[in-house]
Amino acid sequence: MSDTILEVNGLQTSFYTHLGEVQAVRGLSFKMKKGDILGIVGESGSGKSVSALSLMKLIDFPGRIKAGSIVFDKKDITNYSNTKMSDMRGNDMAMIFQDPMTSLNPVFSIKSQMVEVIRRHRKVNRRDALKVAVEMLHLVGIPEPEKRIHAYPHQFSGGMRQRVMIATALSCNPKLLIADEPTTALDVTIQAQIIDIMKHVSKELHTSIILITHDLGVIAELCSRIIVMYGGMAMEKGNIDDIFYRPSHPYTRGLLQSLPRMDSHAKDRLIPIKGSPPDLMKPPSGCPFSPRCPHAMNICREEAAPTFKVGEGHTSVCWLLHKDAPAVEGYAKGEVADAE
Amino acid sequence: MRSYFLKRVVSMFITILLITALTFTMMHSIPGGPFTREKAVPDEILRRLNEKYNLDQPVFIQYLDYMKGLLTFDLGPSYSKIGTSVNDLIVGGFPASAKIGLLASILIIIVGIPIGVISALKQNKPIDYVVMFMATLGITVPSFVVATLIIYFFAGKLGWIPSFGITNPLGYIGPVIALSGYSLSFISRLTRSSMLEVLRQDYIRTARANGIREWSVLGKHAIKNALIPVVTYLGPMIAAILTGSFVIEKIFAIPGLGKYYVDSVNNRDYTTIMGVTVFYAVFYIVMVLLVDLAYTIIDPRIKFGSEK
Repeated sequence: MSDTILEVNGLQTSFYTHLGEVQAVRGLSFKMKKGDILGIVGESGSGKSVSALSLMKLIDFPGRIKAGSIVFDKKDITNYSNTKMSDMRGNDMAMIFQDPMTSLNPVFSIKSQMVEVIRRHRKVNRRDALKVAVEMLHLVGIPEPEKRIHAYPHQFSGGMRQRVMIATALSCNPKLLIADEPTTALDVTIQAQIIDIMKHVSKELHTSIILITHDLGVIAELCSRIIVMYGGMAMEKGNIDDIFYRPSHPYTRGLLQSLPRMDSHAKDRLIPIKGSPPDLMKPPSGCPFSPRCPHAMNICREEAAPTFKVGEGHTSVCWLLHKDAPAVEGYAKGEVADAE
Repeated sequence: MRSYFLKRVVSMFITILLITALTFTMMHSIPGGPFTREKAVPDEILRRLNEKYNLDQPVFIQYLDYMKGLLTFDLGPSYSKIGTSVNDLIVGGFPASAKIGLLASILIIIVGIPIGVISALKQNKPIDYVVMFMATLGITVPSFVVATLIIYFFAGKLGWIPSFGITNPLGYIGPVIALSGYSLSFISRLTRSSMLEVLRQDYIRTARANGIREWSVLGKHAIKNALIPVVTYLGPMIAAILTGSFVIEKIFAIPGLGKYYVDSVNNRDYTTIMGVTVFYAVFYIVMVLLVDLAYTIIDPRIKFGSEK
């Protein structure tokens, strides 16, 4: 398929600490179409960020991509050297991070940081690079960019710094932007602005975006496709309507139930998911969610569930969807799907 | 900027005033005086000498007299080296101390910082362990032990370098190494830990995520941040080293300022004690000021006073 920008198969990333192997990502597979905005959602420790860093091949010692393949823009980058990757990073694929306060180098001006990135990937002179940088700052809505570009990061607010991060990441017009919790550290009004900017640039520059967040609200604003991650695995994949209106995994349901609703009363309590995410040093056999799952069956604790196809482009990894499973309200039966 | 400087200069004068007052009183409270000898000096001669040098006045008056001289940069005559002024002593002794100090400082910077960076980049590899073991030795072994060992092996046993004096250029090797040992080790450890700290920062990951080449990530983005704490230490350290270590100067028989300083305390040579103290103090304070100025160059977050 020519319109696939990214194809990930069986990605496994582990950190080899002196206490043992932490299996942060345990077999993640997905396909992403050009121009899509893919959301990866899950609570802390579900392996979202490590997945994102793995895609950029930015996993540092003692971490390592253990297995799986990453095909980006028809190139299998799984075994690319660091030098070759560094030519692609910021150029073909770019990434922005959670904390804009610490993600910019405090001792270099915005201009110097942006110009360095642009000149790293484009053969342009300093003046043209500066022009591009100013244009990018303008695009992300920084007022008076030609003046502000000479400032240092500490002279910017958090929201402004995240704009600078986005502008820098997009300055070489990458095909894919990975945004790792881009709004988590910002206050709500700024969050909305950053989301708007990302929406705007993805349309303007036709950039595909992977958005990683634990905030379902942000996902709902931006994404067309969603992957729900838990315990280093994808639990459910689907389009935005599938996930929000037809969730077919108990974990997805749990996430949705723990959100406040517009139509709920002040007295209504939120329903949290009891327990905490699995220890990825000793991941449970079977379904990682089984210890917290209200519908867990014996088989859930023993054997990992296959992927069931629930609808067109909607899959879920849960035994409840098996044809022999007891019927639980709201969970339709699915067919075992081929591994993507 | 200007008001900042004014503040610094005023505080510098206050510091000098306190240092001189303290030194002056402490010095005068040590028993004995510049003209006390093992063989008792006749009272009459002692009285005349004290009168000549105003030592018969109350300490406070003597202090005022001294400060009056200081204002015109007149540090007074030396009491033990008759016929030479303290100004002459400093002018004569400082160059030797400074030459050795300068060489030691250069050694510390061009060897200590790269060593720290390398061992940070090779963290937990054999080279890191070897270097950090050496650095720990360098910090814990006192300079006079290092100096003695150098003389014993390289001057005595092997005869590669002279054991004293700096008339032969090879004579610099011993004192420079002995003088820089501690600071070099300290700087390399400091650079290493600072570099390790910086390499964990988010902005380093950002630089990598933007495809910045590894040599630039390390050699530009990381180093500039890692050097901030190093510079803090470097300023006072260079001041201390340039003014000379009297232990090292004594061991290698270098006619530097440090040797006069020690001798002056033994001889109750009041003016020399005061003169060298003031000289050291001013030098130190100026170095600290220079470091503060260097900060603004490497760290744009630091600005002086009312600047925008």
